[in-house]
Amino acid sequence: MKYVLRKLGFYAIALWAALTLNFFLPRIMPGNPVDQLISKLAQKGQVTPATRHAIELMLGSDSSVPLWRQYLNYFGNILRGDLGVSVTYFPNSVTSVIGSTLPWTVGLVGISTIIAFLIGTLLGTIAGWKRGSWIDNLIPVTTLLQSIPYFWLALILLYFFGLKNPIFPLFGGYDVWSVTPGWNLAFIGSLIKYGTLPAITIVLSSVGGWMLGMRNMMVATLSEDYILTAEAKGLSRGRIMTSYAARNAILPSISGFAISLGFVVAGSIVAESVFSYPGIGFALLTAVQNNDYALMQGIFMIITVSVLGANLFMDLIYGFIDPRTRAQG
Amino acid sequence: MAATTATTATTATVKPVKPTKPHKSRADSMLPPMTPKLAVGLTIVIVIAAFAIFVPFFVDDPNKVSDVGLTGPSAEHWLGTTQTGQDVFAQLAYACRGSLFIGLTVGVLAVALSSFFGILGAYVGGATDEAFSLLSNVMLVIPGLPLMIVIASYMPNKSSVLVAGVLALTSWAGPSRVLRGFTMSVRSRDYVLAARVAGEKPWRILFVEIFPNLIPLLASQAMSAIIAAILGEAGLSYLGLGATDSYTWGTMLYYAQNGMALILGAWWWFIPPGLCIALFGAALALINFSVDEIVNPKLKAATRSQIKQWKLEEKAGKARSDAAHAATPALAKVTKVTAKEAVA
Repeated sequence: MKYVLRKLGFYAIALWAALTLNFFLPRIMPGNPVDQLISKLAQKGQVTPATRHAIELMLGSDSSVPLWRQYLNYFGNILRGDLGVSVTYFPNSVTSVIGSTLPWTVGLVGISTIIAFLIGTLLGTIAGWKRGSWIDNLIPVTTLLQSIPYFWLALILLYFFGLKNPIFPLFGGYDVWSVTPGWNLAFIGSLIKYGTLPAITIVLSSVGGWMLGMRNMMVATLSEDYILTAEAKGLSRGRIMTSYAARNAILPSISGFAISLGFVVAGSIVAESVFSYPGIGFALLTAVQNNDYALMQGIFMIITVSVLGANLFMDLIYGFIDPRTRAQG
Repeated sequence: MAATTATTATTATVKPVKPTKPHKSRADSMLPPMTPKLAVGLTIVIVIAAFAIFVPFFVDDPNKVSDVGLTGPSAEHWLGTTQTGQDVFAQLAYACRGSLFIGLTVGVLAVALSSFFGILGAYVGGATDEAFSLLSNVMLVIPGLPLMIVIASYMPNKSSVLVAGVLALTSWAGPSRVLRGFTMSVRSRDYVLAARVAGEKPWRILFVEIFPNLIPLLASQAMSAIIAAILGEAGLSYLGLGATDSYTWGTMLYYAQNGMALILGAWWWFIPPGLCIALFGAALALINFSVDEIVNPKLKAATRSQIKQWKLEEKAGKARSDAAHAATPALAKVTKVTAKEAVA
């Protein structure tokens, strides 16, 4: 119980730190967002002091209100779920923009993460079990895949499978012209068609990490005494590999997996930008390009909250997955 | 340590001709053995570094526009031209320089930050340690790329140093935690306690007794930081949030994307920078593998002869157990099952 409270306390502090950062960043940065917006507007015509005040109010950075007051208001608004109004998607609220883009990201990145985890862990198990085999020698190859910037990999895939051999579409989340979103076959088919290339990109660039981690844990586990005992008992090789070695070796991977599920919301921001996929990463970029600070802050907050949540969840259940850590705690 | 070096020195002077096996000095044991992986990695890194340092002196101005826009590789333009007729090869040379500069800067900064918070915190202990590890844990759970994007978007004009600073700020926390754990374990080893009892000064214990143990780990972390920085910078620049004062691999990709290189099929524009990143990253990772094997000898890949040895042992073991089972008929069934499973 004390452990749970400690963890809760820590994540509360982390959340507060992130939100505070989110609040102060635009205020301590040299370029004031209000000034930036006004300089953009000024290119198009006269800006009156009234406009300035309106923008200040809109961004919640009214200079006539003391800072501590703004800070309190900021937290109050977050608690009410009011994240302000998006400039880009005006007059939609930030909350509704996040609500409409989040499912895309969670679907795409979530499914790809699960696929990458399954493939990587399986390959890693075999590689660790058969050290020096051809599958183990795949490790340097997957390392190369990992060092490839994944948006570049996406560009290459697009070049070959979107442009040279137009199997997959070049951008978007579904066929906007001929399909209506909803639970119908045409839409789901379109989703799969549009999502395949982004998913392949994410899987290819992240599978190596899972594989390497699992392989190294397998190698470490295989030198444990209980493996020797299992071998001495004359258990079958397959049984030792799966229920003795892999079962223990997978624990860190599981915790990594839970945490990366938290990062699913952070999404593959850059990949989404390459494919113009209508997810939250793309929304973040649009916000950045349009100086849409409310949306930017809102998305950053959502991402942070989900990552923190995943970490907290993992910390809380890890004791059940791996009782050894409980004994130490 | 000083004592050991002194003895080796004297033995060396007294018996200079004795053909004993070469003594491994401390510095030697810190260096990884030259494996093919390491050799390939080092070669690629050296070639790319040399390219970045020297080639920019010999190429044209990367910003110079000409009237031969978007042409493929030719004798005049080795890697073709961009939409505005700029030479891609010249850009690539400058971009190598820019990216490596950012990578190295971040590597140095991240290692400095992580050692400061990790090693010092663990060594001093108490409230300092609590505060430092709270800070690094908080930094660790705040997602890096979105934070970088948010910070970068508030700054209209960014120098490479500034971008490097942002990258370093978001990347020191993980390594710091690893360093902290490792320092804790080294700190409680007997020889450190002995040094403390012997009355060595704290800074001396820290730098002479503890720090040398951390060097392979730090080297490996520096390389990971460089890879992460180069990838992170490329991502930021690709989104148009990177350094505005120099070419990097990422800005090249950004310009290529903006110039519709993909749609126009100008592969010579967007393939080279990405390939450079991939090669450089993979090379550093290969070097890192070798360093990792010092930190954690268990990970060492098995050589062919070792595998053979294992297989022989395995066979011998099986033969032995078969014999044993044959002697005890009650267990014969089990052996059969095992054999079947082994075949499957």
